[in-house]
Amino acid sequence: MKIAVLIKQTPDTAELPKISAADASGGQVQATMVINPWDEFAAEEAIDLCDRFDGDSVAISFGPADAADALKHALAMGVNEAVLIENDADSSDSGDDWTTAALLAAAIKAQGEVDIVLTGKQSVDGNSGSVFVGVARKLGHPLLVNVLKITDVADGVITVQRGIDGGEETVSAPLPVVISVAKEINDPRYPSFMGIRKANREQIPTLSPSELGVDMNSAQTAWTNIRKPAERHTEVKIIEGASVPEKAAKLAEALIAEKVI
Amino acid sequence: MSVLVWIEQSGGSAVASCWEVLGKGRQLADELGSPLVALLMGDDVAAGADAAQKRGADLVLTASSPTLSNYRLSAYADVLTAAIREANATVVLTSATLRGRELSAAVACDLSAGLAPDAVDLRIEAGKLVAVRSVYSGNILADITFKSDIQVASVRPRSFPLPEEGAAAGEIKALDVAMDEAAVPEKVLESKSAGGGEIALTDAERIVSGGRGVAQDPELGFKLVADLARVLGAAVGASRAAVDAGYIPYKHQVGQTGKTVSPNLYIAAGISGAIQHLAGMGSSKLIVAINKDAEAPIFGRAHYGIVGDLFEVLPALTEEFQKRLG
Ligand SMILES: Cc1cc2nc3c(=O)[nH]c(=O)nc-3n(C[C@H](O)[C@H](O)[C@H](O)COP(=O)(O)OP(=O)(O)OC[C@H]3O[C@@H](n4cnc5c(N)ncnc54)[C@H](O)[C@@H]3O)c2cc1C
Ligand SMILES: Nc1ncnc2c1ncn2[C@@H]1O[C@H](COP(=O)(O)O)[C@@H](O)[C@H]1O
Repeated sequence: MKIAVLIKQTPDTAELPKISAADASGGQVQATMVINPWDEFAAEEAIDLCDRFDGDSVAISFGPADAADALKHALAMGVNEAVLIENDADSSDSGDDWTTAALLAAAIKAQGEVDIVLTGKQSVDGNSGSVFVGVARKLGHPLLVNVLKITDVADGVITVQRGIDGGEETVSAPLPVVISVAKEINDPRYPSFMGIRKANREQIPTLSPSELGVDMNSAQTAWTNIRKPAERHTEVKIIEGASVPEKAAKLAEALIAEKVI
Repeated sequence: MSVLVWIEQSGGSAVASCWEVLGKGRQLADELGSPLVALLMGDDVAAGADAAQKRGADLVLTASSPTLSNYRLSAYADVLTAAIREANATVVLTSATLRGRELSAAVACDLSAGLAPDAVDLRIEAGKLVAVRSVYSGNILADITFKSDIQVASVRPRSFPLPEEGAAAGEIKALDVAMDEAAVPEKVLESKSAGGGEIALTDAERIVSGGRGVAQDPELGFKLVADLARVLGAAVGASRAAVDAGYIPYKHQVGQTGKTVSPNLYIAAGISGAIQHLAGMGSSKLIVAINKDAEAPIFGRAHYGIVGDLFEVLPALTEEFQKRLG
């Protein structure tokens, strides 16, 4: 069984509050770049599935040259191989989610027969939750999102548990499939010291958009007027009172007067 | 040209946040001078179609088939694509529920159309849609403009008010789409709802959340949070510290790495108000903080505060509201 896992390099979530509008506009953010935290769950699941069903895994990323570090994190965790789709130096346009999906789909096809494509639930910078949808549509594979558990893979059919709004569902689909994983699916391992050393020595092969035959100037959307959300300053009214029940009564009165109850 | 809104059905009835989108769709359609079209899919869509007419749709397209009784992306995407063609839609909207996000993205990708996922505001400029998105996990806002003729967006629940019901007008038309069960690869083997009448965080008008402040007795603490939530008809939320400590499951987490909510009322009990928590609930209309530390940062964002022990304040509030609300 062959498994592909899609890994994006994103700013460290702890540093997201510091991202400036200029950073976001230029696409060059002043932050420590790491593997998108939601993609660690996908990488862990890829490794786990390889153990369960005797498979091989490949991590694929589209990004700048230093996105190789995010792929190395996946390798250090135990993913078998990695491929980086590196944006051609002379193209300033990085496209939109569908461009990314087209690149990733083409790179997946270039791996030969891939049975399962695993992805995170969203990127912490783009927050789209769309790239895996695009990948599935471009490959023509069924898509199962928000997967809580991969129950079984047998006779070319995968059965999963997925979270839906207000509940859960057991769903099956024929391979090959694209799956986005939920946080509940596993606990991503920390790379071992040996794993890190080995991954650091790897030369990660690269592919370019032109090799993959993808037009980087095909974006159908553009981001404009990029800005920080307005800071909210509220004047808090501290409810005073001689006793807790008195404070509770005053607060209840205020909330009813505010018509929020 | 038209504005098309997908009205999602779940458990036989329409998902409430879709009406918010239809209400906004009405306004956009009026600005564009084009009709507002609603699409309903399922095995029984009569009640939903009627409600869509009452909430402002000029035309309601329906697709009913046993194959559509369970939501499955491949079947639903085929119908939505057919509806876009039928209605000649240039603006296509869904609520940003799990399914709405997936379906809008799939169809946008198939049609090589631009997509604004989880938009928090929409407007028309020079005849084109402009969508506002919150990106970098709530730390940046951006306007999304479209190059494609078809412009697709999913809309974050509670971004727009619920439209009033009026008199039903307009037309209902059944879409002519052949459904072939054998052509749908996904099979739903079992589905179970969370049950207990639990209110979804993202749809909730009111939320009561607990944080690490419950630490001295987490079980009792979250029981007190849930008790107050029950009398207020509120959903239960939590800080990441409470989730990480195992006091309550992840699906209750509010914040940068949890859910983004914007209820009318958000009560934070024993939550310090870290920036990552504020990223998920800062747009709530009215924020109330209960914290024993008068210096806690949450008071800088709250409208009302009680400085005190949540183990005393929560039961007192529950009792007070029980008295007043009966
Ligand atoms: C990358 C990243 C992502 C994150 N994502 C999220 C997220 O999505 N959501 C989130 O919430 N956090 C998130 N955090 C964590 C966040 O930074 C805070 O650590 C967390 O919100 C703190 O939770 P808390 O307020 O419950 O706990 P604390 O900060 O420990 O605050 C507990 C509060 O309870 C008060 N208290 C104690 N006892 C009582 C009592 N008996 N009665 C009343 N008050 C009492 C204390 O005065 C204190 O203010 C994230 C952090 C990082 C680095
Ligand atoms: N540039 C990329 N390279 C590899 N995978 C990506 C990339 N962008 C998105 N993905 C995958 O798609 C998921 C959803 O991303 P997004 O649609 O940006 O929220 C991520 O969790 C990744 O698994």
